[in-house]
Amino acid sequence: MNYEQSTIEMYRLRLFKDRVFSKVMLVCTLVSVSVVLLIGIGLYLHSVPVLHKLSWGTLITSSIWKPMKGLFGFYPFIMGTLWVTAISIIIALPLCILTAVYITEYAPSRIKKILSPFVNLLSGIPPVIFGVWGVLFIIPLIQSHIAPHFVDFSTGYSVLAGGIVLAVMIFPLIVSIITEVLRTIPQDLRDASSSLGATKWETTKKVVLRKALPGIIAALVLAISRAFGETIAVLMVCGNNAVVPHSVFDPGYPLPALIANNYGDMMSIPLYDSALMFAALLLFIIILLFNIISRVILARLERKLAA
Amino acid sequence: MKRRKFEELFFKGLMLLATIIISGSLFLIVGTIFYKGAPYMNLDMITKTPGGGFYIGKEGGILNAIIGSLYIAGGATVLGLAISIPVAIFINMYINGKTFLVNTLRMAYDVLFGIPSIVYGAFGFLIMVCFGLRASLLGGIIAVTLLVIPILVRTLDEVIRTVPSELGDATLSLGATRWETAKVILRQIRPGIFTAILLSFGRAIGDVASVLFTAGFSDNIPTSLHEPAASLPLAIFFQLSSPVAEVQGRGYASALVLTVIVLIITILSEICIRKFYKQKA
Repeated sequence: MNYEQSTIEMYRLRLFKDRVFSKVMLVCTLVSVSVVLLIGIGLYLHSVPVLHKLSWGTLITSSIWKPMKGLFGFYPFIMGTLWVTAISIIIALPLCILTAVYITEYAPSRIKKILSPFVNLLSGIPPVIFGVWGVLFIIPLIQSHIAPHFVDFSTGYSVLAGGIVLAVMIFPLIVSIITEVLRTIPQDLRDASSSLGATKWETTKKVVLRKALPGIIAALVLAISRAFGETIAVLMVCGNNAVVPHSVFDPGYPLPALIANNYGDMMSIPLYDSALMFAALLLFIIILLFNIISRVILARLERKLAA
Repeated sequence: MKRRKFEELFFKGLMLLATIIISGSLFLIVGTIFYKGAPYMNLDMITKTPGGGFYIGKEGGILNAIIGSLYIAGGATVLGLAISIPVAIFINMYINGKTFLVNTLRMAYDVLFGIPSIVYGAFGFLIMVCFGLRASLLGGIIAVTLLVIPILVRTLDEVIRTVPSELGDATLSLGATRWETAKVILRQIRPGIFTAILLSFGRAIGDVASVLFTAGFSDNIPTSLHEPAASLPLAIFFQLSSPVAEVQGRGYASALVLTVIVLIITILSEICIRKFYKQKA
């Protein structure tokens, strides 16, 4: 009798534990997922003061930046971000597609084994190191070797420098995603193409890459959003001049750099902190949208493969 | 025919070139940092805190930043693990079956992973304002924890998925509760957890935009959670913006220290991942 009772007690205890832990886990999951919402709400609430004074339209399209007078025009910063991002994508995308194709279609397995850790190591290097490298290597390179061919004078601190540094930073991301996408393409398709007499490159170009196009687009969108939010490396090499850049050798001032650079005096000028939080909100919204788009594409690809 | 052969060769050449550029950029970066940083490297750099005239080129080192970074990255990783392990188990064991919910959650963490650290920094700053905290070690740890949770969850999730489902089924069929089964699975993925820790630590120690607002900067080693803490990436950034050549040089040396730390962590995690999958296979 006593034995039975203690067994029942034990079962109860175990079930109780199971239930408690399931609640704990549920709370952990809900809290950490709701961070997405909390960030959006928090940033919005803090940018309300500046939104009261100026409309969304003015904030985004005005290019007058005079915090002391309460004028906040984000146009130059948005353009700075766009220039830097565009340059980095133009440099990185073709290189990454070629590399990913080499890794999946051409490279012998021995080389494959060496290459993938390289990509991982590169992705592990912190942003500030990319910034230091930019200052030490890319800036002098532009200043004395590239710019003199095109313009009279450039300090090297330019959107081009930012774009190059960013391109190197997003290499690992794009390469790893495209490699993964190319791997999901069925071998039968390649075999069918080569049995019709196509060369390896023809197969790659007309079958593999075409089939992988949605995945490549997803990688591109994800890379854009990564480049958009990159802060410190870009801050160190872009020159940080609040004017709209007109050539790749002009300095620019991307949004994240603006936020990072002014955290010191944002509390001393009225509305300044609110304006900076608006900048963060802007970044957050754009990046959130881009991320969701690319993740939906990738998830759909994965499901298609599973089916 | 000749044209097709030529095209094949041409693109193969291009691919090789691209691959060399991308893997070469790693050497270029590490090489540049070593080349510029090594001459300024000495024992004082990593064993002393900044002296009186450190920022005009006098004696001292960056021990404050090294320790500060270790505190922040360590604290954030521990805190992150405490939240991520339950999340990963929850996703994989407790709501198994409801595919839509699982997929949505996974996507949410992917999206969180994509949010830049400057936004986490700004958000951490808002939390601190909300609770009346000043820039401190605690603030830094909170912001960086938010940053590493998605990394930890994604890695742990992936690792748990490699555990054969028979193992869980067998445990459950013996009458174990879900929580007891989870403990069995956690034991199975121990090397995977270690990998996740390394990845998160590596990301946390190198990130600057999240600690910029939240951790502040200090020449002393923090002795409590409420003191501001220096971090290695910020120290590099500050020293590099100095006009004094000596200080800039020490910035390069600090960059060298950070690069070495991060490379060691990444290589270790790489070895761990390989071991883990070899074991599985």
